[in-house]
Parts: sequence; C-alpha cells; structure tokens
Amino acid sequence: MSSRDEILERVRKNQPAPLPLPPIPTFDAGLSTSIETFKDSLARMGGKFVDAEADGNLDAQIRALFPDAKVICSATSEVKGNRPIEGIRTPQELHDVDVGVVRALFGVAETGSVWLSEAEYKVNALGFLSQHLVVLLDPSHIVANMHRAYQHHGFVDANYAVFMTGPSATADIEGILIHGAQGIRTMTVIPVPTQR
Amino acid sequence: MKRIDHAEASSKFIRAKDHVEFHDKRLWDLRQKRDRASEHIPEWEELRTLASAIKEHTLAHLAGYLEEFERNATKNGAHVHWARDAAEHNQIVFDIMSSRNARTLVKAKSMLTDECDMRPFLEKRGIDIMESDLGERIQQLDDEPPSHIVVPAVHKLRTDVARVFSQTIGTDPKNSDVHYLAESQRQHTRPYFLKADAGMTGANFAVAETGTVVVCTNEGNADLSVNLPNLYIASIGIEKIIPRIEHLGVFVRMLSRSALGSAITQLTSHFRVPREGTEMHIVLVDNGRSERLGMADFWYSLKCIRCGACMNTCPVYRRSGGLSYGATYSGPIGVIIDPTFNLRKYSSLPFASTLNGSCTSVCPVRINIHEQIYKWRQIISERNQLPMIKKEAMQIMGKLLSKPKLYRAAVDAAGAGVEHLPRFMMYSSLNAWGRQREVPKAPPLTFRQWYLKNRAKKEAKR
Repeated sequence: MSSRDEILERVRKNQPAPLPLPPIPTFDAGLSTSIETFKDSLARMGGKFVDAEADGNLDAQIRALFPDAKVICSATSEVKGNRPIEGIRTPQELHDVDVGVVRALFGVAETGSVWLSEAEYKVNALGFLSQHLVVLLDPSHIVANMHRAYQHHGFVDANYAVFMTGPSATADIEGILIHGAQGIRTMTVIPVPTQR
Repeated sequence: MKRIDHAEASSKFIRAKDHVEFHDKRLWDLRQKRDRASEHIPEWEELRTLASAIKEHTLAHLAGYLEEFERNATKNGAHVHWARDAAEHNQIVFDIMSSRNARTLVKAKSMLTDECDMRPFLEKRGIDIMESDLGERIQQLDDEPPSHIVVPAVHKLRTDVARVFSQTIGTDPKNSDVHYLAESQRQHTRPYFLKADAGMTGANFAVAETGTVVVCTNEGNADLSVNLPNLYIASIGIEKIIPRIEHLGVFVRMLSRSALGSAITQLTSHFRVPREGTEMHIVLVDNGRSERLGMADFWYSLKCIRCGACMNTCPVYRRSGGLSYGATYSGPIGVIIDPTFNLRKYSSLPFASTLNGSCTSVCPVRINIHEQIYKWRQIISERNQLPMIKKEAMQIMGKLLSKPKLYRAAVDAAGAGVEHLPRFMMYSSLNAWGRQREVPKAPPLTFRQWYLKNRAKKEAKR
C-alpha cells in the first residue's frame, strides 16, 4: 500500500467521532476602518507612515526620504524610480535595490498590515531583497480586522499573497529588537488615493 | 534508547546563574506581553473557544480534509508527497533535490524538519543547508538543537552568540553588540538566498479549500527562501490542516499575540501556486500523528499551533531551559507530545511540571495540557517506567495517605523530627527534593492541631 493510502487509512480509523464546525463571527461591530487607526497599529509594529506631499510628486518625495538611495525600483506606474521592473527577468537581479515601491490592494486597521500579491509586486522578491520598501495605500481601502481581511477574494485568486506589517524584524538575541533581520530594513506607507 | 533525565540535565543549566536569571526574565516578559495583547481583544476567550472547536472538528474529519487539500494543491500545480515517518520525509526531500541537481537549500524555521532530524541526513549526502532564521542559524552554527519552538536560541546570551559567530562566520570575538551580530548574520546569509537552488519552509497552517500553505515569520526569511529559488519544498505535519481561508482570521489573530505579544507577525505569507517556471512540492508528514489521533486522552495535543505560550509561562521550563528536555519539543507541550514518540526515553518529562495549570490557561487552542501531564504520570507509573527512588517514595506516601492515623503520627513525628534532624540526613543524595531546596520552618501547630483547638469545639457547640 502507498504511504498516502496507509496514512489516510490510519487517520480514518483513528479520528475521533464527528464534531461540528462553528460559524465564525467577524467581530467588527463598531470597529474603526480609519487611516488613523491603521497608522497607530502600523507604528506599534515598527512601520512608518508619511503623508503625501501636496504637489503629488511621489518620485521627488521618495528621493527626499532616501537621499542615499542609488537604485529605486517601482512596481507601480505612479512612481517612476530608476530601475524599470518590467526589464527584470530573474528575482536575483533585484539584489541591489535600495528602495522598492509598490501599491497595496488594501490595509488592515487592527494590525497595520498591507496586502500584497504577485499582481502588485510584478516580481515578489521586490518586497524582500529591497533594503527599504515604500507602500502606497488608498486610505479608503482599509478593512477593520483580520476576519474582514480574510474575506477578500484575493486569497482565492492570487498565487502568492502576503500581509506585510512593518519591516523585517528579529528579537532572537536577548530579546533586543532589530529591524532589518533578513528582509526590508524599513517600511514606509504613504496614503495616496487610487487614480480613477 | 537512553532515558532522558530532565532533572539531571537541567541542573547543568541551573549552574550558569546569569543564564538562568536572564532566561526566566525574558520568557516571563513574553508571557506578560501576551497578557497585554490579549487584553486588547474583548472576544479573546471566545476566539480561544472557536480556535479549539475548529481544530477539533478538523481532526475529527482529518482524512477528508487531507484529501481536499491534496486535490486543491495538485490543481494549483504543486506536487504533493506523503511521508509515513521521518526517514521517508528526509528521503523524499533528498530525492526531489537530487533529481533536479539542487545542492544548496535555504530554509525557514521548521520544527518538523528538526523533529525529522533532516539536516544531518541531507548534509551527509552533500547538500549545503542554510538555516535563515537568526535564532535557528545560531543553533545550527553551534551544533545544538533549538531550545524553544519560537525563539530557538533564547537560552543563549549575546556573549555566547559572539563566541559562536566568531568561530563560524568570522565576527569579532570581542564584539557582542546585538546590532552588530544580527547585521553580520544578514550580510553572511544574503549571498545564500541569491545562489540557493532550493528553498524550504514548514507551515503554520495548510488550507484545505484552496491548497494554500501559510507561513508566519518576523524576519521575512520564508519569503526570501520561496521567492528566489526555482524549487520550493514545504514540509507539513498532517495536523496543520484547517478547513477554510476564513479560519485563518481566528488563528492569525491569536498566534503572534500568544507567542510574542505582537498583533501579528511582520509577515504572514500565503503560498498557493508556484511562480511561473518554478516547482512547488508539499510533503505531508505523519510521523506518529495518526497514532496519536487514536489516543483517547492525548489526541487534543494535535490542536497545537506552536505558539510557545505554554513554555513562556511554565516555571519549570523557564528555570530549566529547553535543552534539558532532550527532545525537539520542550516545555509543557513537549511534555505531552514527546512520550507519544518514545514512552521510555521521555518518561521523566511529565514530572517536569508543578501541575499549576498555567499552560492550560494561556493555550490559544485550549489544550488541557496539565491534565494530560497528570494522565501521562499515571501511564508511566502503571507501565513501571518510574525511577526506583521515586517509586519507593510514592509507595510509602500512598500507604501513609490511605491510613489517617498513621498519617497523623507521621506528621507529628516529622514536625518534631525536621527541627532536630542533622543536615546530612535531610539533604542527602537519597532525598532528591532536598537538593535545591531548604525546608521552610514548620508552623508551631499542624493544621489538624489548629483545627481541633480553634474550630472543632465551636462547630460542636452549634
């Protein structure tokens, strides 16, 4: 008998008597979906939040935020950067990116998370090989909590989906918090409404 | 197989005083952060009940959900493999890699691959493995297993890490600055991510309705391990299945709050379909889980989501260190899981507990941990796996406690005796209890004497 069939047979023989699956409430009555709540939650997770400049020049704003950045690679048409992501053939080519720029599909007020998939990233590694990540977020695209977030059709449609909540972090040595463990050193969210 | 002597092993840990004090404090800090995080959620207790019910339902219908997961993962383009035990798991991983000429593997943390002892198996066959989680990497470089399922190197101080890194990745042995050490590992690890032939993760959850593998990390190392190489292998214990995407809402809200006290891990990643031109392999591993499912008292331990809250709160774990358990899983959850792997080898572990029940009260999936610990003790004493001295002492106590008159006489004598016994008798090698403890000063009256004097007469008068 194959391992598969043997395991399934033993599981079937040993599994306890049937038990019901409870319905899951969304627990979101009275919860805020405001950008302010999102901002507070993001700050607790070590993420930065910067309002967009009035002139709307995001390229100039990002250069000002990261004056030392040599390579800026943007996966959104709203920011040009200087490394076109369309030309990237293997993810490894992004190894020298200083600042990656991406637009999130939505945010979660409870945690300060942003939702991203291969459609937003074009090349997924942009969110992890870049030293710093700038995320554009439409302030009207915020859900209250994780129960609401997991109702999104993206989890059925996307090949890869990730909630990113602040920078890569570790506290594995003596509990000292370090930002930029293996992935991005900083995450900066800029609220920018989607152009219609 | 040699029996693990938890008390003996922990005495080594206890001798390093600064280590024990830090360990105790650090883990209690995590416990307190967990308390604060959960207090922010009014429905916390309801979430625990839901999480428990979802897991119990899934385990009661596990065969069907495993088939559903396999069906959907296959539809997504992933290859699904099944492993009866650790040896088969390791062989499958090696075969996948060697048939594709893959020699280097970057790994996110996975307790399952530790449980299967996969690293030495692959290394012997010429595969170069990079553990990319900082704590797990420290342990790999020090040739030690992880001592905690969430923070693998929590038993080490920064000076220990400086020693390990200076001997292995060439850092300055005198520099134990934590930022310097972490940055050094980042710089050292990066080239491996770029050149690795294959990436590997475990799974926190595997969703039956979509065939999705869900991995929660703070470092982003899982996403680097999966999103760069052309080959991705996920090792998943069969108990990690959950029915639907909506159930992630419950578990993701609880996991990091229970583990570290943060609202969510920095990254919560959902791998469903392999990137274009790459391969995704999923190895579903049994390794004793299907047997455990049939154990009436112990199948509940399969609900575990590996948050480590029970370890952080356990007074015995905090003061004995994870390595003293001599097993992949330590602390209260280890105490109830490990004997299912090998009863004789791990027969001392269920005694590494004060039965205070704190583990049970923080468990996000409501596993009755302390009750299971007590049940294991019964099984171990029934099967004659108790060490001699403990057994003798238990028999004498059993006789005393079943005969009230004898018990009272003994208590009176002991009260008088303790006062006058010479130290060499109280703290001898035969009395394990006396090794790290001083007997408190006995009160002038026993409870019974006090009761007879103060209450019994009043009661009688009523």
